[in-house]
Amino acid sequence: MTAIPATHAQVQAPRRSRRMREMSGLAGWTALGWVVGIGFFIPVLWMVLTAFKPESAAETWPPQFTFSPTLSEFRLVFSGMGPYIEHSAIATIGSTILVLILALPAAYALAVHPVKRWRDSLFFFISTKMLPIVAAIGPLYVIALKTHLLDSIWLLIILYAAMNLPLAIWMIRSFMLEVPTEMLEAARLDGAGRLREIVEVIMPIVIPGVVSSALICVIFAWNELFLALNLTVTNAATMPMFLISSVPQEGLYIAHLSAAATVASVPVIIVGWIAQRSLVRGLSMGAIK
Amino acid sequence: MAPVSYMAASRVYAKGTPPAVDALDLDIKDGEFMVLVGPSGSGKTTALRMLAGLEPLDAGRIEIGGRDVSDVQPKDRDIAMVFQNYALYPSKTVAENMGFALKMQHVAKDERDRRVREAAQLLDLDEQLLSRKPKQLSGGQRQRVAMGRAIVREPRVFLMDEPLSNLDAKLRVQTRSQIAELQRRLGITTVYVTHDQVEAMTMGNRVAVLSGGKLQQCASPRELYDNPVNQFVAGFIGSPSMNLQTAALTDGGAALAGAVIPLAAPVRAAATRDHLSEIVLGIRPEHMHLADPGAGPAAGSDSVWLTGEVLLVEELGADALLHVRLADGGGSVVARTEGRRSTAPGKQVSFRVQPEDVFAFHPVTGARLAG
Repeated sequence: MTAIPATHAQVQAPRRSRRMREMSGLAGWTALGWVVGIGFFIPVLWMVLTAFKPESAAETWPPQFTFSPTLSEFRLVFSGMGPYIEHSAIATIGSTILVLILALPAAYALAVHPVKRWRDSLFFFISTKMLPIVAAIGPLYVIALKTHLLDSIWLLIILYAAMNLPLAIWMIRSFMLEVPTEMLEAARLDGAGRLREIVEVIMPIVIPGVVSSALICVIFAWNELFLALNLTVTNAATMPMFLISSVPQEGLYIAHLSAAATVASVPVIIVGWIAQRSLVRGLSMGAIK
Repeated sequence: MAPVSYMAASRVYAKGTPPAVDALDLDIKDGEFMVLVGPSGSGKTTALRMLAGLEPLDAGRIEIGGRDVSDVQPKDRDIAMVFQNYALYPSKTVAENMGFALKMQHVAKDERDRRVREAAQLLDLDEQLLSRKPKQLSGGQRQRVAMGRAIVREPRVFLMDEPLSNLDAKLRVQTRSQIAELQRRLGITTVYVTHDQVEAMTMGNRVAVLSGGKLQQCASPRELYDNPVNQFVAGFIGSPSMNLQTAALTDGGAALAGAVIPLAAPVRAAATRDHLSEIVLGIRPEHMHLADPGAGPAAGSDSVWLTGEVLLVEELGADALLHVRLADGGGSVVARTEGRRSTAPGKQVSFRVQPEDVFAFHPVTGARLAG
């Protein structure tokens, strides 16, 4: 049985068309990526542009892209948002510090010298996130009332810490697992006790991961609305509530809302940008040598 | 400097599974370079870690310098270990890496710096490398820093866990002799684990061969090569490995490739005692002497002639390895000849073998039959 040998040109042709198909496939995905990206970005762009418009110009349809920018709405926002930003900052930073204080030892106990029932512990932590917060708001309100913590910034700090703790434990634990066992054994042989082991061997390796976990917690705490809305009024009202207040019953002040939203987004976007880089670095820490 | 003793030391990982290290009895003399060698899973690394204190003992005990250290913390055993992957602290400089153990022992900074510098000099590590971080060093440099970290502690025992396995072949050969020389100079008892029998043979004062958690034989390299105590050691030590062929017992000897290899009286007595009908013969490749084409057995000589067909010729330069299929269903063997004697696959060849170069092993237990 003899096979008819393909001529050189015949072999070349399918090879060329296969490559062209590959490239056009790649081009198609790239185009799709751009379309989706721009699609997500356009509303944000509109919001930022609208923030610079006076209220009258903001409500036109189709939206104007050329206009003379003004800072009047920003001035209004800045005059009103002082306390809100302050409360958000305290709640976010406070809860993140509390999370780190609790999550680092927990992650250590679940990663480096695991306790016997570490799987059960991990599952328990993640299971707390499975409960819809709407179901818990009733009991939470009652507890807050009885402990006189309603409308208190401390309440938000505690609740945000509880909200973010499972995530922080999971993330920091996975970074701690990256520390090579041999290194810990070498430290043990060198005479390092538990504290030294943590401070001198584990922390330097794990710091980028801890930082990115903390930044993720910051983002979630900053944007949290439901708890703040139901458990605070004025003394602990956070930035998301300020945004809500820009949507009054009487009408839509779009420019004001856009300005407030832009101001509220800026810290989170900066934090997200920083977190993105250290997140990639932390997650690609797999290689040891 | 201290002698080390394993006394019936055992380690079992999970109840019901065979022990990783099975009642190991091993005495290492003061200042000796002892190599633990064996295939993967033989228990050599576990035995080392038991000595280090990183694995607990499930039975028996371990003594360093006459003192029972079975329950002593690793840092109090006065040992130092070089890990396979070096385990250097990435955030510390080379000097800090090497001085870390001393810092834990609260040694004064000046003394620490002096000892670090001395060790660096001993290992040919440039002064300027001391302030660099591990990731800026080459593999060979990192390996030397790992050794420096151990040397600086001036321990009683050095433990090394396959320290050369991550180096390229050329560097490995170079570093091998450097380590052996260093140990000779420092005179510190060293326990060295490797799976490479060449490393074991070239570096060790004595070599302990392990398999399946059990010690097979512990002797000098020469003794292991010339007098293996069982089939495993015979086949493991020596490269290319000893040819092992099952041969049926006949009058006066064993039949292989149509010839009869005479066996010594004690061997025959041992075979009869165990009611054996066949034994395993072992012949080293260099003991199969290639005969000139056309030559035949000379009258009066006691050498055995084996014939076969060449399957493959591997040229090594100075030597050549011939893969030969022996006649009469004798199986495949490897013979070593001078590189310049030309032969080719398909040719018929004959080998002279001296009966005293042939080893006999029990077909079931693998023990050497020597009466």
